This record gives sequence, C-alpha cells and structure tokens, in this order.
Amino acid sequence: MGANIDLILKIAGVGILTAVLHAVLEHAGKKEQAHLATLAGVAIVLIWVVQLLGNLFDQVKSVFRLF
Amino acid sequence: MAALEIVQIVGLALVAAVLVVVLRPLRPELALLLSVAAGVVLFLLVVDKVAAVVGVMRELAGRAGVNALYLGLILKIVGIAYIAEFGAQVCRDAGEGALAAKVELAGKVLVLVLAVPVLVAVLDTLLALLP
Repeated sequence: MGANIDLILKIAGVGILTAVLHAVLEHAGKKEQAHLATLAGVAIVLIWVVQLLGNLFDQVKSVFRLF
Repeated sequence: MAALEIVQIVGLALVAAVLVVVLRPLRPELALLLSVAAGVVLFLLVVDKVAAVVGVMRELAGRAGVNALYLGLILKIVGIAYIAEFGAQVCRDAGEGALAAKVELAGKVLVLVLAVPVLVAVLDTLLALLP
C-alpha cells in the first residue's frame, strides 16, 4: 500500500517538475534543453508505469491461470 | 476490514484524480501515465480478494462435480476480458478511440478461440442425442 501511493505521488511530482523545468528553460531561450527535459521525464515515468503494468499482468495471470 | 479498504481506495482515487486534473493542462502525456498507474494500483489493492473468491469458486465447482476444464476456461475468459477492457480504456482515455476498438476486437477474437472447444463439445453432445 505505502509503496503504491508513493509511486503515484512520485509520478505527479515528476510531472509538475518537468512542467516547471520546461517553462523555465523555455523562458531562458533554451528550447532544445526544455524538450529534452520533457522527454526525460516522460521516459522515467514510462519505465515506472511499464514495470507496474507488468506486475498487474503477472497478478491477473496467476489469479485466472492464464498461461 | 473491507470497510476500511474502501476508505483507502476512495482516498487514493481522489488524490490521484486531483493530481491528474492538475497535471493535464501542463503535461497531458504524464497525466495519462499517472491515471494508468492509479488504475493499476487500485486493481492491485483488490486482486487478493479476487484470488480468494476464485479459490472458493474452484472448490465449489470441484464439490459440485463440474468439469475443472470448463471452470478454468471461464476464468481464463474473464482474465482476458479484464485485460482487454483495461487496455481499451487506457487507449480511450488517451483519445485513441479507434485503437481501443481494435483492442476490444482482439479480446473478443481471443475469447472466441478459447470458447471453440466448448462449442465443439456442445455439438458433439447434440450429435449423440440425435438418433
């Protein structure tokens, strides 16, 4: 339970951080870095979510014996 | 115990919903991933209960003398339907209705493939009944 809610808060934190970073970098005239920061944030969160999804599919497979 | 669980689940969903709404105008792609993660976490919280219910169903079926093959088939179909529905809803959330329809179609086809042996068994029984 604790780890799971942690993950949701972590994802939201990364999202807000990337949004702020994007705004700041764009304001400083560094469009390239702004896009790279966004891409990095999306990649990090995507890795977490894919791991979580794999966990979910394993659970469903073991509950319904889908082998 | 179950009453406390529902409070936990509703609280988690509420927090996740607020975070998604905050994030959507800033970073829509991260908002989508956040809502997927929240959905998975909510399901993982109740999957243990589902497993317990499925165990009871298996035991009842064994006691009633139902062929274990058929119950396993039904459970497999339920699992496929759940996963397909999950994927389709994620696609629909992302605004990809066409992709969601394809995922649903794939789920239906896979369920049909699993159900073919049952259909054959029914037809065999019918043929045996005919003189």
